[in-house]
Amino acid sequence: MMEGLAHGLRKLGARVVDAVWRLGMASRFLVLTLIYSGTSFRRFQLVIKEVFNSGVLSLIIILVSGLFVGMVLGLQGYETLQTYGSEEALGVLVALSLVRELGPVVAALLFASRAGSAITAEIGLMKATEQLSALEMMALNPIARVIAPRFWGAVISMPMLAAMFSAMGVFGGYLVGVVLLGVDEGAFWSQMQAAVDFRDDIVNGIIKSAVFGVAITLIALFEGYDAPPTAEGVSRATTRTVVTSSLAILALDFVLTSFMFRGVG
Amino acid sequence: MSDNLVQIRDLSFTYGDRMVLQGINLNARRGQVVAIMGNSGCGKTTLMRLIGGQVRPSAGQILVDGISVGALELHELYDLRRRMGMLFQFGALFTDMTVYDNVAFQLREHTDLSEPMIRDLVLMKLQAVGLRGAQDLMPSELSGGMARRVALARAVALDPMLMMYDEPFAGLDPISLGVIGNLIRRLTDTLGMTSLVVTHDIQESLKIVDYVYFISEGVIEAEGTPAEIKASGLPYVHQFVHGEMDGPVPFHYPSPTYLTDLGLTQ
Repeated sequence: MMEGLAHGLRKLGARVVDAVWRLGMASRFLVLTLIYSGTSFRRFQLVIKEVFNSGVLSLIIILVSGLFVGMVLGLQGYETLQTYGSEEALGVLVALSLVRELGPVVAALLFASRAGSAITAEIGLMKATEQLSALEMMALNPIARVIAPRFWGAVISMPMLAAMFSAMGVFGGYLVGVVLLGVDEGAFWSQMQAAVDFRDDIVNGIIKSAVFGVAITLIALFEGYDAPPTAEGVSRATTRTVVTSSLAILALDFVLTSFMFRGVG
Repeated sequence: MSDNLVQIRDLSFTYGDRMVLQGINLNARRGQVVAIMGNSGCGKTTLMRLIGGQVRPSAGQILVDGISVGALELHELYDLRRRMGMLFQFGALFTDMTVYDNVAFQLREHTDLSEPMIRDLVLMKLQAVGLRGAQDLMPSELSGGMARRVALARAVALDPMLMMYDEPFAGLDPISLGVIGNLIRRLTDTLGMTSLVVTHDIQESLKIVDYVYFISEGVIEAEGTPAEIKASGLPYVHQFVHGEMDGPVPFHYPSPTYLTDLGLTQ
């Protein structure tokens, strides 16, 4: 009995030590990425290429999901608001839900599974096929040449994708609310315009998505760089990227929201 | 200037508690092709990583062109690596670039040459490995042997003084095998390089090399010219050269006796 307990405790301890150790390695990795970011800014076309890979290639999933989320918000919101005879507030409901929460969070979750997993798999395979070692032997720092451009490319893409998700969602809400269910168009837009604050809602939403972007990209790059150079290692790392960054997004969202929206509105 | 481009003195390397290399002494004379042989896991790839400065020795010294690799700062190491080339086991070509861009990669990163000049140099290197016609292909469209030839062209793009090859013959068909072997010899001679070939392909490498080192269990077991190696009476070398199943390197993984395992003895 005692032995089993001690064994369990030892295992728990080892896991905690391992987790803390990886967190330290990831922090060190982030610092190195920032230190070696010079190349990315001197040769900005390296970053542009990654904005294409992470951002542009994620556009379809982001836009389509945004449209559907907005349409569902329109339907559900109309149902509830109608009970109180205030359907005109539908625009406000749709816009605030999207700009404050759903835009940054859902776009980030989609970004983690679409772009984050791709980054991990790519870096992991580059390591497994010795492309990163080849860079080192060619006297080029893999962090400067491969990691940093992907970091900045994805970090730049994320807020833009979240903004497009929200815009598409508002359009979806408009389609369902105004075109389909007959909410007054003037009220829909004017109430939205009056209630959405640039500083408190839009800027905060952008800050959120930027923070999520850094978290997802760091996790994706680190998991790829740290993956054992085998097929199994890369596949596990890819799964871990999606799981860890999804949890990180939701946890960070709670922390950020609790700072941003205390007593606002 | 010493006659030896690479000089290794009493080199040891431990990984964790495991002694990977112990007391290695090795020289590679300028202009020679030197083979480092041994069975899988004997530490020969580690030796190459040590020479390239990717890992640091636990004891001893590695001199490349008179410079002690283990004592260099990162930027000094990068300066030295610009004069070294390495052919990785499966080529390690950048999969998102064409053959042309792969070979042009170092020229673009490390020199200020104009694009027309780079084009001339790339075509020259591709011509040397016989793949000028494949310049627009992607690495995924190449066979194993072709990928290695492109990687060879990429590795010699900056005309290195030292070329290292990690298992250049592994997994190739007989024709590609001969082609790669010949290329190693020819490029070494025409570009005035020194080549270190890590391999376990004895027949192919004995045709092209000037000197051979045998490593077993992290120590140098034997060394000599190909003729000396072929005539060697050392049991390990004999087993290796003739590909015998049993010998100093046993066929069976260490185990209790067969009878004990079957439960036939007490």
